[in-house]
Amino acid sequence: MSSNNTNLKELFLNGIVKENTIFKLALSLCPSIAVTNSLKNGIFMGLAVLFVQTMVNLTISLMRKVIQPKVRLPIFMLVISGWVTVTQLLMAAFVPDVYAKVGLYIALIVAFASILARAEMFASKNSILPSMADGLGMGVGFLFALTVISFFRELVGKGSLTVPTGLATQHVFTFINTKPLLIMILPAGGFLAVGILMALFNWIDAYMKKSAHASH
Amino acid sequence: MSSEFAKLLEIIISASLINNFVFTRFLGLCIFFGVSKKMETAVGMSITFTAVMMISAAISWVIFNMVLVPLEITFLEIIVFIGIIAGLVQVSDTIMRKVSPGLYYKLGIYLALISTNCIILAVPLISVGEKYSFVQTLAFGFGSGLGFALALIIMASIREKLELADVPAPFKGLPMAFIITGLIALAFTGFSGLITL
Repeated sequence: MSSNNTNLKELFLNGIVKENTIFKLALSLCPSIAVTNSLKNGIFMGLAVLFVQTMVNLTISLMRKVIQPKVRLPIFMLVISGWVTVTQLLMAAFVPDVYAKVGLYIALIVAFASILARAEMFASKNSILPSMADGLGMGVGFLFALTVISFFRELVGKGSLTVPTGLATQHVFTFINTKPLLIMILPAGGFLAVGILMALFNWIDAYMKKSAHASH
Repeated sequence: MSSEFAKLLEIIISASLINNFVFTRFLGLCIFFGVSKKMETAVGMSITFTAVMMISAAISWVIFNMVLVPLEITFLEIIVFIGIIAGLVQVSDTIMRKVSPGLYYKLGIYLALISTNCIILAVPLISVGEKYSFVQTLAFGFGSGLGFALALIIMASIREKLELADVPAPFKGLPMAFIITGLIALAFTGFSGLITL
């Protein structure tokens, strides 16, 4: 039982660190730039992906014995677009102000390579619990990446930070008083932010490998 | 008549330059970074892409307005559009292989990639949202394809030169590509005042 638990934990962590969708695999990049100009949008987009990924993995895993291998891709697409529609309707009903801004990108979760890839590579071959752990890990990893990017962009671009508390947002603190770097919340800044953060992750990775070598 | 033509021209310019899919709407980035390493693949991708996009936008428009609207099931648009695109890619793959093996050999791999591209789904979704007419939808598809081609070709020509540049180690590869895209996007913001509505 305990080894089973550690396995689930490893699956969960795998999606966050080792195979982080955005920073490591460089997949599903579109929303990482499009919706990360404020922390609130970034978090809601991340939550939407987390929900879709987990539910898709769960559904595919439940159906894995009845899906014909030859028509599996269209079926996966159908399952994904079904759950995306559910997410879209839920968000339109409960957080209309966020939906107005990120609506198009929610619909486009359908075309995410990462969700289809997890369904194909993992959920169609594994039982329910591991599949859900895998989906949760991937989703949380995505949420984490979006949060970091949007945190960075809002902090530098607006000079202040707001966090979503429930449905409202609350002003937290002011970082730059006079002139924030407006470019960071403009489209161009998104690319710059992701580029710089990716380089930072590479650097930390290389640094850790180096120090691991030195200690041996 | 001429105002209709002006409207079409406006849609094409706006879709290709002002609201360029890559630089201001941030769509199709996976493909954008994937195939912009070489000029040859960039050109091949652009041609295939524009063609598939126009056809899929046209079919989606017809099905949305003739089937989904009368039946009042427009909330199924995502499922229906993704089905149309997947089907269309499969069909054109088969037809191309039979009719023109030479062309298939050159462009076939791009076709498979297209079905996971978000732009191709975004075009019908946006044109339905904006309530474009049939001809306007075609113009929008064409303009979007043109804009994507422009982005790919600019990027490919820069990245071919970049191979020789001395980039700091952590920035090698994708991070640098992102920063360059950011700089091009900055230049593209200059187009935003091109048409004043």
